[in-house]
Amino acid sequence: MTTLGTRPPETTPPAPPPTGAAPSPSPLRRVGPWLLNGYAGAVVFILFLPILVIILFSFNDPVGKFNFVWKGFSLEAWQDPFKYEPLVDAMIVSLEVAAVSTVISAVLGTLIAVALVRYRFTGSGATNTFLVLPLTTPEVVMGASLLTLFLDLNWATGFWTIVIAHAMFQISFVALTVKARVRGFDWSLEDAAMDLGATPLRTFLRVTFPLILPGVVAAAMLSFALSMDDFIITLFNSGNEVTYPLFVNNAAKTALPPQINVMATLIMLASLVVIGLSQIYTRWRTRG
Amino acid sequence: MGDEGVEPEESATAVAAAGAGSRDTIELDRVTKTFGDQIAVNDVGFGIAEGEFFSLLGPSGCGKTTTLRMIAGFEVPTSGSIRLAGADVSHVPPYKRNVNTVFQHYALFPHMTVRNNVAFGPRSKKVPKADARSRADEVIRVVRMEDFADRKPGQLSGGQQQRVALARALVNYPTALLLDEPLGALDLKLRQAMQLELKRIQREVGITFVYVTHDQEEALTMSDRIAVMSEGRVEQIGSPTEIYDAPATVFVAGFIGQANLWPCTVVGARNGTTSVEALGATLTAPSDEASPEGEATLMVRPERVRVSATDPRPAPGVNATVTDLVFQGPVIRLALAAADGSEIVAHVGSDHDLPFLRPGDEVTASWDTGAGRVLPGRPPAMDADDYFDEELAEDWESAPR
Repeated sequence: MTTLGTRPPETTPPAPPPTGAAPSPSPLRRVGPWLLNGYAGAVVFILFLPILVIILFSFNDPVGKFNFVWKGFSLEAWQDPFKYEPLVDAMIVSLEVAAVSTVISAVLGTLIAVALVRYRFTGSGATNTFLVLPLTTPEVVMGASLLTLFLDLNWATGFWTIVIAHAMFQISFVALTVKARVRGFDWSLEDAAMDLGATPLRTFLRVTFPLILPGVVAAAMLSFALSMDDFIITLFNSGNEVTYPLFVNNAAKTALPPQINVMATLIMLASLVVIGLSQIYTRWRTRG
Repeated sequence: MGDEGVEPEESATAVAAAGAGSRDTIELDRVTKTFGDQIAVNDVGFGIAEGEFFSLLGPSGCGKTTTLRMIAGFEVPTSGSIRLAGADVSHVPPYKRNVNTVFQHYALFPHMTVRNNVAFGPRSKKVPKADARSRADEVIRVVRMEDFADRKPGQLSGGQQQRVALARALVNYPTALLLDEPLGALDLKLRQAMQLELKRIQREVGITFVYVTHDQEEALTMSDRIAVMSEGRVEQIGSPTEIYDAPATVFVAGFIGQANLWPCTVVGARNGTTSVEALGATLTAPSDEASPEGEATLMVRPERVRVSATDPRPAPGVNATVTDLVFQGPVIRLALAAADGSEIVAHVGSDHDLPFLRPGDEVTASWDTGAGRVLPGRPPAMDADDYFDEELAEDWESAPR
């Protein structure tokens, strides 16, 4: 505002006098939040109901071989969770498969993600498309075609074919998840590191990797879970190997001891602990 | 602003720049950079002396940042060569060059404390941990950030981050410091404070600064020399006064400060003056060996234009009609229409002896012969009126007097 004359100093107009009591809100406005909260609560409850049932039935004292009907509270299964050896073996196989395939897919998926975001190269567009395919192809098709491949190659199906099959869809999953994280990465940080005398390797180890690590860890944790519960692809390529989901499926036809529920609850607790630890770690990192 | 005696100086530095090539810290020799079929930097060559504050100035997309990135080593020139302290580094990767960069958005490592950010340079150069730490602390003191050494970048203000970026770039004792619009993200007040701060630090450490900016005021304030760039080419290199008072091209005249740029026809040159037809009159301007012929542009800075409401002066004067006036604080900006319709902009100081002018008043505009420059080529089509504020003009007219 520029004038040659002087303007009267700006004065704030006095606040308007209060206009009596605030108008009462319509009935809908008062009920609305309750409706919304109730609805959301119901949705969450239905989502978690199966999990609650699993936990609850781990304390059941079942009659016969099947743990389907609530009979009475018992700590028997919890006192001896590793009673059934085949169940424990299956769980160990599942953990081993998940660990190995997750390490493979975390490394390869991260490298693919960095390459796809950072560089334009011949075939980068095609790679992007092919990455999505394992996640969108029906698992039956994936499992059957992998089995065909292994048979053609004359490979005996077993532990390593399960690992390969799992790593195959996990790589896609890790690459897509890490890509989202890497896309927001400030590449001038790499320039800055090299400008200061860091070799490309030191730049990656000291700057790029620590900054994308949370994304990699999150992707690895999720793909570990994907491996743990994969059934269809595993069924095709497992040979004589029995993973936890395969064991449960077989058991459903003959006998379902509550130890299965105990094991499931333990897995859930373990993942809750991991999530909690990662939260604490994130807080600790962002703290001064 | 100096009135006279600019031209000889200009030719003197031109000779010095050409002759002193081997002693320059940074030398660019016919450097061209293309991205696909786009030419980002086109046949650029200049030398930067040791301890000099050298600015690359130009609008966005003029190639100034690409030029800087080539000096830093992030881009390899398509042709030509770059020498640092005499050695050809055109194909040397950034981590083997002894220059450091202050990035536009600082590029501080968010997962490291201020001290670790600054110590990253010496640590990468294999300096022992304790030495790297004490060197970092020393530079952190130079930029006055010692109270914040244990914080992370996210906990610092823009100006503080700026200082850390500066410290981090200085800690390796570089031959030259490259600054890519380092103050662009700061607000005006802080920017002005940091300009002085940068000058202080440059004096203290005595390192060559190469400073990229699109802000002409910043370049004029801080630089020893400025290279004005446009469309990948260097339009002119010179001291701030040379660039301002004696622009070499229409682009430089229009980009640095404000300028009246009128189309003119050169009709003759004699005794160091050129006669031109412009604004419906015959006017004179100083000439040098580079003076163009035929169709050209006459440039006069608005603050050099004198306006008188009474009888015309004998010297070059142009009859004109007032079309607009705007009070701008230190100056009054007058827009006049010459007889041929061209617009003349004049900045009149507050100590003027003019009666109150109104649109439609007849006046005479004049200037010292030395204030005019004849430049090759036609003025750009864009009108100087683009930044004229109608509302302010109305305020002026309706204001009580």
